[in-house]
Amino acid sequence: MTTAENRDETEHGSNPEMPEVPDDVVALIGAIQYEVAGDFPVEQGYIWTSCSSVENANPLFWDIAVADQITDGPIAPPTMLSVWFRPHNWAPGRTDVALPLQVHFDLKQRFDLPEAVMSDNTIVFYEPVRPGDRLRTHQILRSVTGPKTTKLGSGRFWVIDVEYHNQRDELVGVESYTGFGYRREEPA
Amino acid sequence: MSDTPIANRVIADVAIGDALPTLSYDVTASTIVLGALAARDWRPMHHDYDFAVNRNGTQDIFLNTPNQAAWFERYVTDWTGPMGRLGRMTFRMKGSVFPRDTMVLNANVTAIAIDETGCGWTELMVSLSVNDQLKTDCTVRVALPTSVNDNPWRRTGDQWTP
Repeated sequence: MTTAENRDETEHGSNPEMPEVPDDVVALIGAIQYEVAGDFPVEQGYIWTSCSSVENANPLFWDIAVADQITDGPIAPPTMLSVWFRPHNWAPGRTDVALPLQVHFDLKQRFDLPEAVMSDNTIVFYEPVRPGDRLRTHQILRSVTGPKTTKLGSGRFWVIDVEYHNQRDELVGVESYTGFGYRREEPA
Repeated sequence: MSDTPIANRVIADVAIGDALPTLSYDVTASTIVLGALAARDWRPMHHDYDFAVNRNGTQDIFLNTPNQAAWFERYVTDWTGPMGRLGRMTFRMKGSVFPRDTMVLNANVTAIAIDETGCGWTELMVSLSVNDQLKTDCTVRVALPTSVNDNPWRRTGDQWTP
């Protein structure tokens, strides 16, 4: 029997530096993909919802006088970066489910790995994000490993960068995700 | 408008080895669902118990990645005050945080520096633990004012090197 996992273990490429990664995946490493604009402008209501979710009382986000004094007006919490590019769960006319971090889901499909988790996340913060900003993003696949087995199952790790710019083409942040796509081990 | 003076920590207030106050928080299903929705993360393992357990193989729904970042930001800026400006955050999740967990955040100052632009930086090593088991470790590079007249948020372009 040929299982998806077995197929994955036998996939090899011709790149000597990544012999366990198929050539079509190697070709994507470093390429800019999925350049998109956020579904909506950065908005104050979401800022308060996020702060509320973690009980963040930083007056920068709640007190306009403090924001005026320190940041020349309201800003969003820096760690909200990814919020502004996550698509609506549904939108008129859409026939497919829109997924954030599409490269991650592409890799799950490419390697036939039904489950995935994120393990590492690095965020670098540049210009502040402000209510009314319209952010644009793109994704860059940085690396893919050969087959690995963890306590979750067998699969592969990959690193994906997401770069964010505002409407003035200023870099506002870069996020780097390490994901692990996997197939659960069948019970013995 | 606030009449309360804003407490801000400056670089001179900080020494390597300083410990931040512990933050302890009892996590509920609402904590996790609210955090996921605030992050616009609609994936079912953060709100659907059956999916989390029977598809993902985890013990329950669990805290999502962007919301963990929001918890770390809140924890760090509780300490810095609003002048503290995050430059870089790296975290590694070693285990999940579930409903009924009490998550405990601790941190120490591991480095202090003034960069070539004159910006003051501290490095923090932050841990998120449950029952003394490390769930996530996190390093944060955060800018602090070098004096009461300095404001890291005024830095832009090549004056900001996170």
